[in-house]
Amino acid sequence: MFKLLKPNQIFEIASKLTKFISILFIVVLTIGLTEALILSPEDYKQSHSVRIMYVHVPAAWMALGIFSVLAFLSLSIFIFKNKTFFLISKSLAPSGFIFSIIALVTGAIWGKPTWGTWWAWDARITSMLILALFYLIYLLSWKVIENKERAIKISSLIAIIGAINIPIIKFSVNWWNTLHQGQSIKILSDSTIHSSMLLPLFIMTAAFALFSLLIFLMKFNTEMIKIKNKGLDRL
Amino acid sequence: MVKKVKLRILFLLAIILSAILSVFLILKSLEKDVVFFLSPTDVKVLKTIDTKKIRVGGMVKDKSISISSEKINFVITDFKNEISVSYSGSVPNLFAENKGVVAEGFLEDRNYFKAVKILAKHDENYMPPEVKEALGEK
Repeated sequence: MFKLLKPNQIFEIASKLTKFISILFIVVLTIGLTEALILSPEDYKQSHSVRIMYVHVPAAWMALGIFSVLAFLSLSIFIFKNKTFFLISKSLAPSGFIFSIIALVTGAIWGKPTWGTWWAWDARITSMLILALFYLIYLLSWKVIENKERAIKISSLIAIIGAINIPIIKFSVNWWNTLHQGQSIKILSDSTIHSSMLLPLFIMTAAFALFSLLIFLMKFNTEMIKIKNKGLDRL
Repeated sequence: MVKKVKLRILFLLAIILSAILSVFLILKSLEKDVVFFLSPTDVKVLKTIDTKKIRVGGMVKDKSISISSEKINFVITDFKNEISVSYSGSVPNLFAENKGVVAEGFLEDRNYFKAVKILAKHDENYMPPEVKEALGEK
């Protein structure tokens, strides 16, 4: 399995896959947006503003998921000095950061007509902002720290410590009274989102996952090219 | 080499544990501020009523909204205790009876709250209007 994770191998697969995945992404996104914006029903209470959820929720999921992967890779980077994993996590972080920002912005846009406020210092929203900040610090640590060995060490520590925030985001709505509603999609019981609204939600999640994969592959290849043309590494 | 790996694992464990502990302690000591709103029951058991701005949240009690020329009066309930709220100003679209609400303002006493801002709380139910109607008929 680790043979497949050799940087050169990923580079080769990535160069072939990018075109295919970008086409797939556009197709899935088109289906998802049609479903979300046109075909899916309005909500009984919030009418059309429910459509913001189809961007907001998948974006939040992606931001959380990518950071979790980042943290796991970072554990292995820090302990075993795995040379491939730091390239992978460095290339994953940008799309996670973008999605955390998208989740915050769409949340604000939804909050204004629904709650009556753009922003509230609510446990869920604040912890999500902290996640976005962790992404930012993680990305900056690669830019700011000149020494490569040290950059690897410090950035993986940032990801590992930031991971403590992930369960806080997840359970904030259960632990405290929050303005943000509780979870609708439950693993153990029925979800409280009607099935006609779940379909666009899952298609949009697939589209966002493909987008992350695409950005990841492109970023990974750029990093590989930088390494191959030594000296360009720090540019 | 193995020794180095062991040391790094120990180091990480120490860092993670102390970070979790400090986050836990911070959240514990800030609990009053982490909680976005108090329920009417929380208000009942408050030790002191101070003049600081607080938020009270819960359900708007059925048939409790009365609107006069300049004021909206309603009752927030958590189905154990309730508190009367008076407010003047505009309310969000989703403000309605039997729906969640968070009121920001000042406590006059344990049963009376003067709100300066009303936020509607949305619950975790999403469905098309037809489904809601069908559910209502049942």
